[in-house]
Amino acid sequence: MAEVALLDVSKSFGAVEAVRGLSLSIADGEFVVLLGPTGAGKTTTLRLIAGLERPDRGDVVIQGRVVTDEVPAERDVAFVFQQYSLYPHLTVYDNLAFPLRSPARRMDETTVRRRVQQVAELLHIEQKLGNRATALSGGEMQRVAIGRALVREPALYLMDEPLSSLDAKLRAELRLELKRIQRELGTTILYVTHDQIEAMTMADRIGVMNEGVLIQLGTPREVYERPSSAYVASRLGTPSINLIPAELLGAGSVPPNVRTVGLRTEHIRISSADRPGPLARVHWVEHLGDQNHVHLRLDEHSLVTLADPVQELRAGDQVSLEFTEPLYFDQAGNRVGADGLRGHA
Amino acid sequence: MAEIRIETVAKTFGAFAAVKGVNFTVDHGSFLVILGPSGCGKTTTLRMIAGLELPSAGRILLDGEDVTALPASARDIAFVFQLFALYPHMNVRQNIGFPLRCQNYPRAEIRRSVEEAARLLRIDHLLDRRVGGLSGGDRQRVALGRAIVRRPKAFLMDEPLGALDSEFRRLMCGELRELHDRIDATTVYITHDQLEAMAMADRIVIMNQGRVEQIGTPQEIYDRPNTMFVADFIGAPPMSFLGVHTSLQRGDRRIRIGGAAVEMPEVFEDRSEGKFAIGVRPENVSFADASPLRGQVIGAEYLGTTQIVTVMTAHGQVKARLPSGNAVRVGESVGLTLRPDRISLFDAVSGQALSSALHDGGYRG
Repeated sequence: MAEVALLDVSKSFGAVEAVRGLSLSIADGEFVVLLGPTGAGKTTTLRLIAGLERPDRGDVVIQGRVVTDEVPAERDVAFVFQQYSLYPHLTVYDNLAFPLRSPARRMDETTVRRRVQQVAELLHIEQKLGNRATALSGGEMQRVAIGRALVREPALYLMDEPLSSLDAKLRAELRLELKRIQRELGTTILYVTHDQIEAMTMADRIGVMNEGVLIQLGTPREVYERPSSAYVASRLGTPSINLIPAELLGAGSVPPNVRTVGLRTEHIRISSADRPGPLARVHWVEHLGDQNHVHLRLDEHSLVTLADPVQELRAGDQVSLEFTEPLYFDQAGNRVGADGLRGHA
Repeated sequence: MAEIRIETVAKTFGAFAAVKGVNFTVDHGSFLVILGPSGCGKTTTLRMIAGLELPSAGRILLDGEDVTALPASARDIAFVFQLFALYPHMNVRQNIGFPLRCQNYPRAEIRRSVEEAARLLRIDHLLDRRVGGLSGGDRQRVALGRAIVRRPKAFLMDEPLGALDSEFRRLMCGELRELHDRIDATTVYITHDQLEAMAMADRIVIMNQGRVEQIGTPQEIYDRPNTMFVADFIGAPPMSFLGVHTSLQRGDRRIRIGGAAVEMPEVFEDRSEGKFAIGVRPENVSFADASPLRGQVIGAEYLGTTQIVTVMTAHGQVKARLPSGNAVRVGESVGLTLRPDRISLFDAVSGQALSSALHDGGYRG
């Protein structure tokens, strides 16, 4: 049974349609990530589930119960915001213990202490338990905020970019931790981010959103390898997919209705200029550490691809390109197969 | 433009030493990024350069002139915070010209400076538009315009892109660097995001607990980290370490680890028996059935083009970046090979890199 479902939900603010006809169901124990740019409707979706907004149309179902008309407190969800306000007069320990001490959930202090201790260790803040919340760095405060949701065991966690204000390093660590915790505890999480790495590495399924619409929903591999549109393709992958006009590949090599060809790093093979294939020039090699990007010029189009560590390329080099199984997109930007038809792929 | 010299600068707040004797020079027209985790002292360092904090010790020189005790307003340095705040009731021209109007510049000069700044940022066609209707990117450009319009000697930027979407941040990184090249402005930029640092910096200063760990070009810092801290801080995922207990002799080109002999760059120093760490980056690890260096796959993170596979060995955890087409099963036993010319060797106690054909000395902070 689906833990949480949104049934054709819409929400407008004045003239802005924040969420348009969104249907989504999340299974028990599933980690779903909504990925999209600012203003895509991700946060509104979370707020609709939490009960902080009321939908104009459609229903919200949690554990088989229609909760559309229920207040947030009745919904058994925990919300982790991007910016969390802690109780400044309380210690870290008391902030973490707070949700467990609410009258609705009376718990004996031994259990409270054990839970707080566990969560503090998980988030590497066990040294700070005695500190005032105001004496913490921003990163530590956010960890306490996440911890405050984790001490409870609600039906669903809603997380709104909880890692975005943290150090890159800590973010990468917490990403793995959060995924591990989720797997071990079997919790159900709906997580919102604009960071594709977070989406790819944590999600069981990714929902790509733009302008209030859920465009594609699937496992990270499905969404990456079989994007429904050029837009979705451009949301995932580093370096970003190269979108070039179909004419560049030469007449007859692509179905006639294909307007744009999508080339990811793994679709581009670079070899010496005496090999057959379109000729390109190496514009520059950008050293980003683990990722070295080769910027190529093919006619007046730029292509960016990952440098092969063993292939020594230098600016100015002439190279031959081979394209293997590129992605095809029609006039509207929808992906089509090698036969020019939609919907199989 | 200007050269900035930081000479043994320290800053204490009560009992807390935020910056503990830092030295570095920002060359004329160069782009220097100070990178480090929160609390490493990078913001305090920047604020001392700006004149917003007074150093407890040391000197700051701007073009050879000692400015340590000068207030911020006397330093001719522009400080750029998160590039967000625009005045919504003003148009683009008024927003960019605001700093000059505050200083009562003549009207004609304001006009000329604003138009030049707008041209540099390629927003001259937007000058008479309201900022409310602009795209996110154009708003950022207007905010930048306000910083460059005064043509200061140097720019100090405190995580200006921190609040942006990751994709947009990457785009703005490119633009910032391009802008820097066009106006040739000495820039000190602080961030905790290594990708920003790698993408923009001429040189990176890595700070940790108030000290400089390493100074170098992005490539130097990535390929030849001086310390285990740097090796671990840079790279996503960071360098993996395999622990070994052994002794080393000048000229050694391989090191024994369990039943395997790992080839590595020639070692330039003699070391008695002790704890060492072999450091290897994920892209320099591959799988080879026959290798005696073995481990068990404990996880794989799918990233699209590549995947990061984590392998637990008897000597520590190793991460490998492999094509995502390679089928990897959690639980299976695999053999590992490490690219010999890319191996770092560290003293596991001090954390310092040993001198070798790869690590031939360099800055020690």
